[in-house]
Amino acid sequence: MTKFKFEPIFHLAKRTDIDWKKSWGIRLAAFILSILACAVVSTLISDRSFGFFFENFFKAFNTPQKLWNFFHDTAILLIIALAVTPCFKMRFWNIGGEGQILMGALGSAVIITFMGGKYPDPATIILSLVLSLAFGIVWAVIPALFKAKWNTNETLLTLMMNYISVCIVDYFIKSEASSGTGTMSFDKGVVGPIGNNEFILKIILVAIVTIFMVVYLRYSKHGYELAVVGESEKTARYIGINTKKVIVRTLILCGAICGLIGFMLVSATNHSINTASTVAGKGFTGVLISWLGHFNPLGMLLCSFLFVFIDRGATQVSTYARLGASYPDMMTGIFFFFIVATEFFINYKILPTHHFKKKAKAEEVEEDTTETEQTEDVLAETVPTLNENVVEDTNSAVTEAEDTATPVVENTKEVE
Amino acid sequence: MKKKVLALLLVVALVASLAIVFAGCDPTDEDKVVTMDNIKIGMICLHDENSTYDKNFIVAMNEAAEALGLREDQVIIVTGIPESDECYQKACELAEEGCDIVFANSFGHEDYMIKAAKKYPNVLFAHATGTKAHTENLPNFVNAFASIYEGRYMAGVAAGLKLNEMIANGEITAAQAKMGYVGAFTYAEVMSGYTSFYLGAKSVCPTVTMDVTFTGSWYDETAENNAAKSLIAGGCVLISQHADSMGAPNACEEAGVPNVSYNGSTADACEDTFIVSSRINWAPYYTYLVNSLVNGTEVAKDWTGTIATGSVVLTAIGPNAPAAGTQAKLDEVKAGLQNGTINVFDTANWTVGGQKLTSYLADVDTDAAYAKDTEAIENGVFFESKHRSAPYFDVEIDGITLLDRNYGNDAE
Repeated sequence: MTKFKFEPIFHLAKRTDIDWKKSWGIRLAAFILSILACAVVSTLISDRSFGFFFENFFKAFNTPQKLWNFFHDTAILLIIALAVTPCFKMRFWNIGGEGQILMGALGSAVIITFMGGKYPDPATIILSLVLSLAFGIVWAVIPALFKAKWNTNETLLTLMMNYISVCIVDYFIKSEASSGTGTMSFDKGVVGPIGNNEFILKIILVAIVTIFMVVYLRYSKHGYELAVVGESEKTARYIGINTKKVIVRTLILCGAICGLIGFMLVSATNHSINTASTVAGKGFTGVLISWLGHFNPLGMLLCSFLFVFIDRGATQVSTYARLGASYPDMMTGIFFFFIVATEFFINYKILPTHHFKKKAKAEEVEEDTTETEQTEDVLAETVPTLNENVVEDTNSAVTEAEDTATPVVENTKEVE
Repeated sequence: MKKKVLALLLVVALVASLAIVFAGCDPTDEDKVVTMDNIKIGMICLHDENSTYDKNFIVAMNEAAEALGLREDQVIIVTGIPESDECYQKACELAEEGCDIVFANSFGHEDYMIKAAKKYPNVLFAHATGTKAHTENLPNFVNAFASIYEGRYMAGVAAGLKLNEMIANGEITAAQAKMGYVGAFTYAEVMSGYTSFYLGAKSVCPTVTMDVTFTGSWYDETAENNAAKSLIAGGCVLISQHADSMGAPNACEEAGVPNVSYNGSTADACEDTFIVSSRINWAPYYTYLVNSLVNGTEVAKDWTGTIATGSVVLTAIGPNAPAAGTQAKLDEVKAGLQNGTINVFDTANWTVGGQKLTSYLADVDTDAAYAKDTEAIENGVFFESKHRSAPYFDVEIDGITLLDRNYGNDAE
């Protein structure tokens, strides 16, 4: 570094010392700010007053039906995020949730088409659940096998398989439903409301999956193994983990949950299948929720809760102010913008250049000493243990990509 | 970890309490006496005003509300509701918000409206373009449509006159009089529409033929634009469409090919090529629903709007494109349709495989197998919208070539 270069006045440095209170405080503040920003934007684009926004926003939650819907939408979004989370913790970038759910939906549709009304409903329902799980698993395992065997790029493969699944489902609808309108509806062999409440069953199912996922990721050997594979495949091999097995096993779990979601959407919610409106992009929103929740099931619960809160509130405002169908998307966009921006400030701090230099030097010295230490000690630092560290480490994953661009010395402790 | 749970719970509690604080319960009141002052209408639309189809419903609702003297808070218009469980949930929410009438505008909304009608027996659920009210037999679920084939027929007459003018001017020969039609899906509503349009043109220009292509979507501007362009490239000298974007009219304006539009006038964007547009005016139906509820009279299970009710209308003809004498001829045809001297689907005017049709079973009662169940031809006339309001004419007649049979998703 003998070459002379211009130094910017400020530098970014990675934060390591931020405590949970502060970080969640910042996130909460961002949420409140995003609602205020929504209100300001709404006031600017409509001829309504500032108060109009708030007055109508909360009307989205003023009847039991609306509250149930609110919780139901939250639950659906949460379970989608939960389904893809184990993949992400393993650094397997599965963005094919949409297609996996659609294939699960197809599984139910196939069984209901051929059995609905001809066989007892419980048999139809059980079989449609089984086939949904099977279809979901198949669609998730294909990219896993390719990754495990030939190390293909899973991002591309899962993305492209979404489009294939749309074609398959369209083909099925076209050949089996002669209405010619692209929608296939069912009235027999589907899950009806339980005690007049069509939401409770799904909410309970999602709660069970959530608890299972907390336990699985945090306290089970499987969860530990997939986290290690995510942190470093070499480390995983070093401590005797069969990485291929872990990849396939994790994607089976993900596919099974996606299949379950497909079943819930066809048999217990819509009672119909249509490539445009059955999943309707929620598979992608789920990926975003998973990231924003830092792969922590409880964080994801909070994120999907807030997302649906804004979405439903904004829909209500849009209805009363006659702002059109794209308005809620704008509002949720503002919400995501604030939350993602917040992550930056939680993970980095902005320092004046001279201060940064001093700190960097100090850490370099520290670095030298650690390198001479025993390998086991380094391992102990890198391999996540069965506690909160797993979550804390992945916290920084969102901004990991920026690490190469910013002069940060944190990540030199890799065990490469 | 425990702290995070605590934080989470606090936030959830905060939001929930906010929601409850701002909530003002307004449950459906069974003993409510409906008057013009307290009646409330909710309307569910598939897209928003960017779609000509939905715009037609919304504009009519605003017109009707103004004419009836309804306040803004008495009309709730929800846009962008897909044909899924979301429609059912929205219908229920509107019912809980105190709506006396919940109206939905898309074909695929029907099953969800029926489900909501069963849950809220005190609210009237009205569904446009649907087919099931007359078989479902719920006291509070009704269908409505209009005899739009008559409007299409008149628009077809205007198109035929234009073709005659082009032949007279030597721009095309009589054999080259081929029209193009951009349709959405291959089912009765669209088929009845393009056939009546074709028969209208044929009534004044006997040599006319027509190519039809489908986009498989109700609203896909690019696909509709491309479809119109490929029809023009295939030798079509006049284009019409039954899909909801500006794709086809814009392609026509660009290519200088005359266009017969749908759902409303496109004269502003296409002043050189716009001939005329037929549309269903829903305002008479909304007015009918509101008046029926306020006066306590029964609402028809299956309402068909006609030229006489003001439901089937033509827009003003275009400034430049229409042939001379178009307006006079249209007035004459309109009178003929109203007094019964003209029947759109008179079997004397069309053939199937060279043969005149004497009997045709139409699928009027919707069932899972889409079985044909009702004789539609009486005294040599196929009576459309007689056995139910939604169209059921799905015969492929001579002179019309279907270039493809594409249908996909996103049904209306």
